[in-house]
Amino acid sequence: MASTRIAAFQGFGLGLRIPHYQDYLSREVPVDFVEIISENFMVEGGRPLHTLDRIRERYAVAMHGVSMSIGSADGLRLDYLRRLKALADRVKPLWVSDHLCWTGIEGFNAHDLLPLPYTEEALDLVCANIAHAQDVLERPILMENASTYLSFAGDSLTEWEFLAEMCRRTGCYLLLDVNNIYVSGTNNGFDPLAYIAGVPTDRVRQIHLAGHSQGRTRLIDTHDQPVSDPVWALYEVACRRFGPAATMIERDDNIPALDELLDELAVARGLAEAAERVAA
Amino acid sequence: MSLLTLQRAFRAYLVDEPGHILHFLGPDGTAGLGVYHNAYRAQLVATLRDSFERTWAWLGDDRFDEAARAHSTLTPPSSWTLGDYGRGFSATLGALYPDDPEIAELAALDWALRRAFDGPDAAPVAAERLSEVDWDKAVIRLVPGVQLLSATTNAAAIWSAIAAGETPPAAEALAEPATIRVWRQEFAPKFATICGAERDAIEAALLGVTFAELCAALAIGEGVAQATETAGWILSEWLRDGLIVALEV
Repeated sequence: MASTRIAAFQGFGLGLRIPHYQDYLSREVPVDFVEIISENFMVEGGRPLHTLDRIRERYAVAMHGVSMSIGSADGLRLDYLRRLKALADRVKPLWVSDHLCWTGIEGFNAHDLLPLPYTEEALDLVCANIAHAQDVLERPILMENASTYLSFAGDSLTEWEFLAEMCRRTGCYLLLDVNNIYVSGTNNGFDPLAYIAGVPTDRVRQIHLAGHSQGRTRLIDTHDQPVSDPVWALYEVACRRFGPAATMIERDDNIPALDELLDELAVARGLAEAAERVAA
Repeated sequence: MSLLTLQRAFRAYLVDEPGHILHFLGPDGTAGLGVYHNAYRAQLVATLRDSFERTWAWLGDDRFDEAARAHSTLTPPSSWTLGDYGRGFSATLGALYPDDPEIAELAALDWALRRAFDGPDAAPVAAERLSEVDWDKAVIRLVPGVQLLSATTNAAAIWSAIAAGETPPAAEALAEPATIRVWRQEFAPKFATICGAERDAIEAALLGVTFAELCAALAIGEGVAQATETAGWILSEWLRDGLIVALEV
């Protein structure tokens, strides 16, 4: 791995989504960075990459993936990692992130963030895969806690214990999704505050905020709503615990006008600044 | 039991094969399991709707979604990217609707255009370049990703009408089988119905033959004089459509 450290960065950003491309290109949008879905740009050419190049000329970019499948028991796909590395070389992002999950095995890809059991075996496997990814990408990566809708009978660690040990062993960083903590905590019966208290303070480089929806029996991480009040409350706690970190709001469905998201981002900015004043 | 065993059981559950995922779950896990099952199926249908927009419009929601579900059962996704998932959907539609060949052809056209959208970049040569070329030795290089589709129906006309928001014509067989050329000009995927001579010329160019050899092949069917005229016309079409990216000697 060429570099082993990612400096903390207190910035506020949004996910780059197609309905807002023209806003970003035609005016100075008051964000410190935008986050792209890496796979959308891991293509050979055409308008997507051309647009990304123009966006990159004006904004810092974080790369966020959904297909690394860091928890696959049969290891990572080298062709995927090489494509991701090529995109990172082109974009020169703030960092590259993906999810603590698995998406497929043995040639099958569900294209969904599937849950991992929190066991020593899974921890060993995930750490080996992270080391592989960091070697190929030549940089430390950020791992995000995914929303989960079930737990496994064999779990021997809490999710936050798993994350902490994963960071300790691999030197990776965390993209802490506060909405996912709330969703998973509600679905699986753990205390979100205990989760945040268990995450190491020196590894969080980015925080995700998003909205969720109530399903029939589970909260669903839909990214189609404004951030909910309980998630804002957790975000305040996270700001106080983790200090400077880049915060981003994800909105992938029912996407409103950009200015509406900027207003929501201003709430995050205000809460983070208030936490900083308290800490000072 | 191992992580691999758990993940195989989870995969079997998602694709509706027999398995033992329930043995692995914690308290009240079955309700959560359903969320993953629904998300898996819904995402594949949504992906196919996105990639095959005109085919979806032609079939309507119910018939399209039924075909999409059949495809997901026959062909679970394997690529790292959802962008590849539509590969083979045209064949699935052909098998589901053997008496309505326009459906599979419409899907093939949707898919070729989608592939062209984010295919490799290449800059077309300028017209002035043609006057500098030794045509006895020149090899024409076409834009990467140019595709040829066989057509037996008026699927192209149906596609165009749907794209324009017009009422599409009724499906009908063409008097003669045709070829559709699909390519991208700058950022815009395009298609055109072409004659047999141009199809042969594209296939020859993709094999890397010289322009002289290409003309000689045309002359076998048309005679030298007509072949020269046809080759000149094809060249002008390719130049206009930005298909030529290099003239190599």
